[in-house]
Parts: sequence; structure tokens; C-alpha cells
Amino acid sequence: MARMKFVCDAERCIECNGCVTACKNEHEVPWGVNRRRVVTLNDGVPGEKSISVACMHCSDAPCMAVCPVNCFYRTDEGVVLHDKDICIGCGYCSYACPFGAPQFPTNGAFGLRGKMDKCTFCAGGPEVNGSQAEFEKYGRNRLAEGKLPSCAEMCSTKALLAGDGDVVADIFRNRVVQRGKGAEVWGWGTAYGSKQAGQPSAGAKS
Amino acid sequence: MKRAGKLLAGMVVFAGLVACGEKPQTLGVNKSDISAYQGAQNQFVAPGWKVGDKTSWEQGLKTRAKNSQNEYSKTN
Repeated sequence: MARMKFVCDAERCIECNGCVTACKNEHEVPWGVNRRRVVTLNDGVPGEKSISVACMHCSDAPCMAVCPVNCFYRTDEGVVLHDKDICIGCGYCSYACPFGAPQFPTNGAFGLRGKMDKCTFCAGGPEVNGSQAEFEKYGRNRLAEGKLPSCAEMCSTKALLAGDGDVVADIFRNRVVQRGKGAEVWGWGTAYGSKQAGQPSAGAKS
Repeated sequence: MKRAGKLLAGMVVFAGLVACGEKPQTLGVNKSDISAYQGAQNQFVAPGWKVGDKTSWEQGLKTRAKNSQNEYSKTN
């Protein structure tokens, strides 16, 4: 198996935040913590693009590199996880991460910073797979249940793909070849129909 | 004078022993995670794969990904 990966198709994402809701519901993520969120570029301008962002489970993870207590580890499937029993909540990972994935729950009037929380690729943590202890700290372990991350499986337009990197790449490649890419997949023609809509233009397709 | 020398020697020996008794400050080892293909201990495990069999688990996930995320395979 290749590494587990997410990819978000900006041509399909409609900023519905279904992935965000699915994640929060699946893992009972506390108020103020968003393991996943949707980012929109040029919001309100024709041609705006949205993508769903969470931990990208980097191959050379900067969070892992800067953690002073070495609480991160990587599974055989390439999922970057952390141990909340070791985490000291210093926030270094938050500064190192280019995606803003690490989250810090706050509670109380003075904003006490708790242990770091982030997307687990629905793979739980070091506790026994599927146990109550694991659920309370990290949420559901869907991978151990033979399922893919909830955000991707709930995505209504299938903009967000998750799973084995090879499979995800195959799905995305097939999609791009079928629909084309670039300007012809967005706009009046695609929305309301035209002879060219959805048809790959001659040549220049990868 | 002799007493001061003994005191000084005692202090040196004590300092040396303190250095020897310093606790190691190495980082703890991460807890090893149980592989996902070992299955979850709850009633939500999806059917269609054999718990504990890595190949079966991988194939199950691949099939699930293709069936649930690639609508082109259904429409074309």
C-alpha cells in the first residue's frame, strides 16, 4: 500500500462545509477546535475557488521535526499521529505547520491552552483501536473499522478524496481526463450547457 | 587549616558524587500504535475484510475508495 493521502479538487468543492461538519460529528470535536476547515480564495468573485484543508500527513512533517517532547509518530500507512499523554501543549507545531492543522482547545475565562488536537485521518491514537479511551482523546478510528475518513466519505461532490495515494491519484487522473481541466470546466457553458461543456478540448490533456 | 582542607576535600567529593547521580534527561519512547488492520474493538467494523489480515484490509479500503469516491466507474 502507498501512503494515505488527502486531495481536494478545487473544481468541485462548493464550500458546503459538509466535511467540517462530518469531522466534528464523527469525533465529537470540542467547541473551538476545527480539525478541518474550508478555505475560499477570491470569495465572492466569479471564479472563486474553495478547498478543504486539514492535516496533510506530510512525508517530512515539520510538526514532527519541531516537537520538543517528540510526541509525534507515523504509522505504517504514512498517517502522522501524536500522543496526547506526551504532548505539553507548547504550540511549536502550530507555528511550524504550513496548513494550520494543529488546534488547541481553550476553556475557561483565561483561555487555558490544552493538549494539541489535529486531524488523525480517522486513525485514532496510540490507545487500543476502537476503545473508549481512544475515542475520548482522538475520536473514532475508522481505518481500523475498514473505513475511510468521514470527511471524504461524506463529501457530497466528491471534491475531497482520501485513501491510498495510488487509488486517489487514479481517481483524480481519470476525472481530469474525462472532464478536462482549466477554464473549460468552469463558467457559463459548464453551468448551463454548451457544445463544449464537459468535453475535453482537442489536445493538451494530460 | 587541616580542618579546612578536609572540608574542601569533602566538598569536592560531594560535588563529584552529585554529578554522577544526575538523572538521565533523554526523551521517552513513543507508545507504539496498534496497526489499523488489527481491527477495532467495537461493533462498527465494516464487513468485507478479515480482521488481522493486512492484504484483506488494504484491498477492502481500495474497493471502498473506488466504489464510494469514483462515480465515473458507475456512469461510464
